[in-house]
This record gives sequence, structure tokens and C-alpha cells, in this order.
Amino acid sequence: MELDLNVLTVASTRTAIEQRQVTATSLAESFYKKIDAEDKQVNAYLSLSKDRALAQAARIDALADKGEALPPLAGVPIAIKDVMVTQGLRTTAGSKILEKFIPPYDCTAVARLEAAGAVIIGKTNCDEFAMGSSNENSAYGPVRNPRDLTRVPGGSSGGSAAVVAAGTAVASLGSDTGGSIRQPAAFCGVVGLMPTYGRVSRYGLIAFASSLDHIGPFTKSVSDSALVLQHIAGRDPLDSTSADVPVPDYVAEIGTPVKGLRIGVPKEYFAEGLDSEIRSAVDASIQNLAAAGCEVVPISLPHTKYAIPTYYVIATAEASSNLARYDGVRYGHRSNNVRTLSEMYRRSRDEGFGSEVKRRIMLGTYVLSAGYYDAYYLKAQRVRTLLTQDFENAFQQVDAIITPTTPTPAFKLGEKSDDPVAMYLADIYTVTADLVGIPGISVPCGNSKEGLPIGLQILAKHFDESTMFRLAHAVEHSLAAKA
Amino acid sequence: MNEKVTEKEVGYVADLANLELTADERTRMVRDLNSILGFIDTLNELDTTNVPPMAQVTAVNSSDTAKHSELREDASRPSLSHDAALQNAPEHDHNFFKVPKVIER
Repeated sequence: MELDLNVLTVASTRTAIEQRQVTATSLAESFYKKIDAEDKQVNAYLSLSKDRALAQAARIDALADKGEALPPLAGVPIAIKDVMVTQGLRTTAGSKILEKFIPPYDCTAVARLEAAGAVIIGKTNCDEFAMGSSNENSAYGPVRNPRDLTRVPGGSSGGSAAVVAAGTAVASLGSDTGGSIRQPAAFCGVVGLMPTYGRVSRYGLIAFASSLDHIGPFTKSVSDSALVLQHIAGRDPLDSTSADVPVPDYVAEIGTPVKGLRIGVPKEYFAEGLDSEIRSAVDASIQNLAAAGCEVVPISLPHTKYAIPTYYVIATAEASSNLARYDGVRYGHRSNNVRTLSEMYRRSRDEGFGSEVKRRIMLGTYVLSAGYYDAYYLKAQRVRTLLTQDFENAFQQVDAIITPTTPTPAFKLGEKSDDPVAMYLADIYTVTADLVGIPGISVPCGNSKEGLPIGLQILAKHFDESTMFRLAHAVEHSLAAKA
Repeated sequence: MNEKVTEKEVGYVADLANLELTADERTRMVRDLNSILGFIDTLNELDTTNVPPMAQVTAVNSSDTAKHSELREDASRPSLSHDAALQNAPEHDHNFFKVPKVIER
């Protein structure tokens, strides 16, 4: 029986394998055929992991042949953003400086997916070191939006969003530091989840900004998102920032009615600059939630406009420190044309890093340098406290907050690449959750007249992904009912 | 707009960051850094005199901060083999990473 790869979900893939409609091996092979045929124009994959995928698929098929119970993600083809290290499989972070880097160990999130039966099929394209909002900063060429090839897929996890939208993977992992999962999910019309800071181990995630980096899934449905989070969440002794907080049964809780939940609608997220079609689509979804018995509460998050400038101080400061390790000594590119150690450091970095990465290293070094530390870095950390207090106050009145994910739908390639500040504003609605450490999810809530996807964002309290999933599921359900 | 960052300052910061940057890159960097720093200056609209800087993301998540700062036992445990640790090195002699001579005689 022929399965339609475009509509397979995490749950339905496992069922199809369990019921012997397809083997994990033939399914993986079908995905590779589809990738060969369709990914050239999208450019979402940087490396394919056929040997590793087929070995895992063979293990799943052997279990199925023996009639044994299959693991929860058995045979599900999952793609990994190329900022998560994979043992023996090239990992570039979208950078020339890591063009030949073969990691000697696995990222915890990847190892956990595989332990749950998933088939890792390849590594996805992204902005260099996850720095960007359009995927145009990759050293390996931009990714194109599968919904409209003239437009960007968003960034920085553009490849991971695109493979799910294009049906060249059933699910994927991305990373979110300022919106890099939720913004591309909105642009590509898929579900993108950033869990609470500390919910998912970052061991093996190539560091960009350590107080802001998160790993999370892209999926076609909210219940798939819950299912993938279930298997990557939880304390990891290899990451001291991973939280020792119990992981609930997300999938079991997802169908709990949303009646009685209080949802906050912050006026600052519906102000000037928001595309009118996005506003109507989000408003319509809020009306549907009200009809389902949610109490809609107008709220204010007064420091919202300071989030992007705060982010660009803290994220670049941390990045300038994290990226100091690329010096041409232990791994990564080394310039050939050097006489001294100092020349080797500088030329290796000059040749290996792209322009946005250099810009952020320079900005981060500047704000941390003598004489500027208090004025910029410490100031930003104080404003970060104010942003956190905004949310603490809001969550005394409401259970979750609903906003648009992005101010506009996917923009054209090249449209913003000359103006860094204009590009940074693409993350205006997503960046605050990273600074505060709360979870956020983007779920499709309609299309523009041009047929471009629109994303709705739900934010919840620390470690309360369950409430977020319930609401996201209700949004998804009301949209399906309308269609 | 006041130029906060001059070409000279870009050179100084590039040194700190172990970057060289071409002449073109330096010119563009002066422009971009001034534009971004101008945007960052909006933070000065806020009086933060009595606001503590936020230094810890997880600590605010839980009343049990001890749980999050728990240290592992100080015991030796397996790590990467020598070969694995050297496999990505641009230059090595099977024992050490090799770099250009640091001390001139």
C-alpha cells in the first residue's frame, strides 16, 4: 500500500509500521527518494544520514517481524537542525568554519529520539550559528519556503520548518534563541514549539547564547508536538541547566477541554506594524476560543518594545564569548596562510565566519568591553528583569497569552538582507519568551489572501506546556472545523 | 545621529575579538554597529536604578533553587579517547594539537 508522505504524522507513521502497512526500511527509502526529487529547489537538507537511518529502520523492522512491542516513535523519520551534533555525521551549524566537522558524540535530544525508535534521516540547513531570521545567512545557500519558493522560510531553523512543510520529514528538531523555531513555523505553516528554558537538555547543541538557547520540535500537528516533546524532555546530568522538574503526560492531557481557561491578549502585540490579515486571523481564533468557553482578558506587557534591543545586547554578548572557541586549533577551519599563532586565530576566524556572525561577535565584544559593560550589558540584564516582571504580573490574571507569531507573513528573499535592524524586527513577538524563559508555541491559524501561512503564538507559565498544548489543540481543531 | 563607534574603535574591538576584517568590512561595520547601537539606546528611556540585573533564568522558575545548582560528585568518569578528541584537529602529532610557534628565539 502506498502511503502519502505529505500527510503522515508521528502517530500515524508508527501505527502504519505497527500494522505492517509499511516497513520502517521502505518508508525511510521512500523519504530519501522524495528528498532526491524535491529538495534541490528548497535546499533544506545539508547532509543525509542514510546508513544510520537504514540501520535504525532495520532494528525497528526486526522488532516488528518478531511481533514485539514497538517503541513510541518507531520508524518515524525525523530531521535535525545542523546545530545539534551527531556522532560520525557532519555538523556545520550552517558555517564554513565547521565545513568538515565530524562530531565524536551525539546531542542528548537526538540520542533520546533514537532511543525512542525514531529514524534520524538528515541534517537541515539553517542560518550560520542560528543567527538570522530568514535562513539567508547560511554558508550553504538560502532555504526557500516550500509554500512559495520566492519567499524565505524564516530562520534560523528554516530548513527544519521547510522539511516538515514539504513533507520530506515527518518531524524535525530546531533551536530557538530569539524566535528561531516559532517564526519559521509560522512562515511555513507548521507547528513549532519552544519548551520552557531547562525543559530539554542542550547537551550537544552548538552554543549561540546560553541563557537563551532552547531545543524544540517542528511537527504537522499539536499532538505530534506533544509526543516529540515527551521523549526529549527531562533532566540530563550532562546539562547542568536542564531542570529536574517532572515531565507530565502531555499527550494524555491535550484533549482536556479549554473551558474556563483565562487567555490574555496583550495590546502591545496588536499595535502598529501588525499586518491586517494576521490581525484578523488571530482575532478569529481568539473568538473561537471564547466560544469554546475561554475567558478572554485584555492585558498589558508594558516593556514589550524594549525586548529586541535587550535581546541584541545579551545574545551578542553571550555569542561573542561562545564563539571564541573557533580558533583553528582543535577543530574547524584553519587558515593556511599564517606565520604566527595570533595570525592563525584572526585569519581562521575571518575566513570561516560570515558577515552576520562577525557583526554579532563585534557587537557582543563591544557591549562587554571596558567602559561599556554597565551602560549596555548590565542595563540590558536589568531590563530583562522588567520583562520578566511583566509576565509574572500577567500570569496572576491569566493562564496563557495569545499573540500573533510574526508581524508579517513570509517575506521575499533579499527583501531585508541589507538592513540588520529591519531583519531583527521579524522576531518582535517571539523574542521576549526567550528572555523570560517561558514556553511558546506557534500554530497555524489561517492563510493570507496570497495563500501564505499565518501563525498564532501561545505563551504559558514556566513548565506549563500542558496548558499551551490544550489551547493550541483547540485552535487547530476550530480551524479544521471551519475548513 | 551621533557616531558612537568610529573606525578606530572598530579596529580595537576587532582586535579583542580576534578578527581582522577587510577595509570594506570595517566601513560596513562602523555603519551597522552605529545603527544597531542607536536602536539599543532606546533602553535608556527606562529608569532601572532599583532594578536588579537578571542573571539566572532557571532560578526564577522554581522555589527550589538548590535543585538547579546541584553539583555532580567530583569523581573521574569516562571521557573522549585521545584519538576521538584529535580527529577534527587541523594539525596534530597524535599526542597534542599543533599550532604555529608561539615563542620566537
